[in-house]
Amino acid sequence: MTHRGSRVLHVGSLSRVEGEGSLRLRVHDGTVTEARLAIYEPPRFFEAFLRGRSYTEPPDITARVCGICPVAYQMSACAAIEDACGVTVDPAIKSLRRLLYCGEWIESQALHVYLLHAPDFLGRASAIELARTHRAEVERGLRLKKAGNSLLELLGGRAVHPVNVRVGGFHRVPARSELRPLQEELRRASEDAWDTVRWVSGFDFPDARVDADLLALAAPHTYAIESGTPSVLRSDGTFGSFPVRHFTHRVQETHLAHSTALHSRLDGHRHLTGSLARFAISGRQLSPVAREAAVEAGLGDPREGAVCRNPYRSILVRAVEIVYAVDEALRIIDAYEPPGRPHTEVPPAAGIGHGATEAPRGLLYHRYELDESGTVTDALLVPPTAQNQGAIEDDLRRFAQHAIAEHDADDAELTTLCERAIRNHDPCISCSTHFLDLTVVRTSGGSDA
Amino acid sequence: MDATSGTRTPTLAVFKLASCDGCQLTLLDCEDELLALAGRVEIAHFLEASSAVAPGPYDLALVEGSVTTPQDAERVHAIRAAARHLVTIGACATAGGIQALRNYADVDEYRRTVYARPEYIDTLATSTPVSAHVDVDFELRGCPIDRRQLLEVITAFLAGRKPDVPDHSVCFECKRRGTVCVTVAHGTPCLGPVTHAGCGALCPAYGRGCYGCFGPSGSVNLPALIPLLRRDGMDEEATVRFLHTFNAPAFDAAGRESRPSEEGVAK
Repeated sequence: MTHRGSRVLHVGSLSRVEGEGSLRLRVHDGTVTEARLAIYEPPRFFEAFLRGRSYTEPPDITARVCGICPVAYQMSACAAIEDACGVTVDPAIKSLRRLLYCGEWIESQALHVYLLHAPDFLGRASAIELARTHRAEVERGLRLKKAGNSLLELLGGRAVHPVNVRVGGFHRVPARSELRPLQEELRRASEDAWDTVRWVSGFDFPDARVDADLLALAAPHTYAIESGTPSVLRSDGTFGSFPVRHFTHRVQETHLAHSTALHSRLDGHRHLTGSLARFAISGRQLSPVAREAAVEAGLGDPREGAVCRNPYRSILVRAVEIVYAVDEALRIIDAYEPPGRPHTEVPPAAGIGHGATEAPRGLLYHRYELDESGTVTDALLVPPTAQNQGAIEDDLRRFAQHAIAEHDADDAELTTLCERAIRNHDPCISCSTHFLDLTVVRTSGGSDA
Repeated sequence: MDATSGTRTPTLAVFKLASCDGCQLTLLDCEDELLALAGRVEIAHFLEASSAVAPGPYDLALVEGSVTTPQDAERVHAIRAAARHLVTIGACATAGGIQALRNYADVDEYRRTVYARPEYIDTLATSTPVSAHVDVDFELRGCPIDRRQLLEVITAFLAGRKPDVPDHSVCFECKRRGTVCVTVAHGTPCLGPVTHAGCGALCPAYGRGCYGCFGPSGSVNLPALIPLLRRDGMDEEATVRFLHTFNAPAFDAAGRESRPSEEGVAK
């Protein structure tokens, strides 16, 4: 046993993740005894101040939970409130929502692939540094990201916290002619997305396997985004699903004896949401062009039930999902006829409503309780990163243990390894302040000024 | 910024307090300008974008988020000390943000409502803007900030001039855009007459009333606006909620100073 046999490793401020967190690794006699992704993002109390607001307000209010995936919050909020009020929106509105959501998927997945994740594979600190040697690639990533934002800006008014979403649908729907200029940008994006798949499939991927149960929405005949049934591919290969209204019975916080953290568990098992889970559960529903991209990326044929459990390779799945979202956006625009009315009327009703949609980084669940006047009396938001924390920490533990056992990795190597393990899952720490216990023990303060 | 007159590349830092990340994402949303900007300034501290962190002092620090914890109340002083120019970006940093709704409630009750182990949650009773703690060189409004305005502010500080960010109301932007007034034409409640311009009058262009996410304009006349909101169907509770969302303390302060002005509201 070397002097490195026992140590505590602490990274005060994680970089290239959304929001602020830190990680702590405790090693005793060569064994990792604690691997913790700590959230020191200050609490903002959304569930508390949503009480007393009108049922029309959660889409705008909860968008502010996350500047990276505001559409996901708006869509889950609308779904839950419409469920509480017993209203199903017109199919044309559902389709337009999916188009808006495709914009967020393209923007957010391109952000993660190019600006947050790719620098790890190429040994750079940032995309800006990467641009010194890979200018064309970074420009391509920014162009893709911009195509997603163009969709968000046209349909939503702006990219961050769009203004055009309301319970029941939209304030205003575009004419066919307004969508036309987007087609050209999206066709270019389609080429860029394919080039992205080819580019990232040339990266070196360490061997790794996440054993968690995979949780994603599934929908008939389509890759689930804005609606679907929560479905689970368990680590033993069995498959199951449950109604959204049972979400909080199935996904629960568990207090682990060895830690002060409350972890979210699905039926008592560690679970993972996000790209890997979606690809495993809905891969068969990818469009032909996206399936082809998956094969090109080396992920296997989704029609034959290809599953990817290597979290490093999640960048491949995100690239395939960009191909899909661009293709899907073009399909929706091509078939678009303006809905007869911009929104379906949603009269207030007393009740409890549940909504779940696929945020770029995983399943986002909302629940609201309304009184007869439509006032929110109770609210619950369960973001994907809060669900993924247990699986992320399990990766941290196993990756670090392997590196120590195999070649007695030093602190610098372990730090890089752990940061990569976290970025693999595109955590959104701004969101995850709900549902989690925050150890606000802010070790070293995370201060950096 | 006189840093540009020398040979040294000016340094830019981005910091985050309690917030959603959306305002700093706006910098990364400058897809056409990001690489050019990175050629003009050294991005010395921007955790969301880079794992390379250089120590201060910084020529320009952009701060997102509000002060809600004892640690952040100390941290803003450290940021101020490290920044030659400090610009706050977004409603959280300039007005406390939506999390300032706690200022009107019992934060202990909030803590018990949201968290299973409230004793772990270290939080202040209020969410306050950075300017309540340290001197701020410029405040850029919005929830979120506008990308063009952000570029204008960064460019202005690099050039050593004052940012061209007018404080008139959203009504001016509707007129400029040629949007029909939603209040006059449709009786839609709208905070445009009292809200700071900057978004380009987005909401009325999408057929809804402005919901005040840029906070109060330079001259607010609430006594003239509130009767219109009432006329258009908002009771007192709804009116309070309308003003108490993303910039509640700032609208309260503007309301206290509110007096009739030459900037008329929609009649």
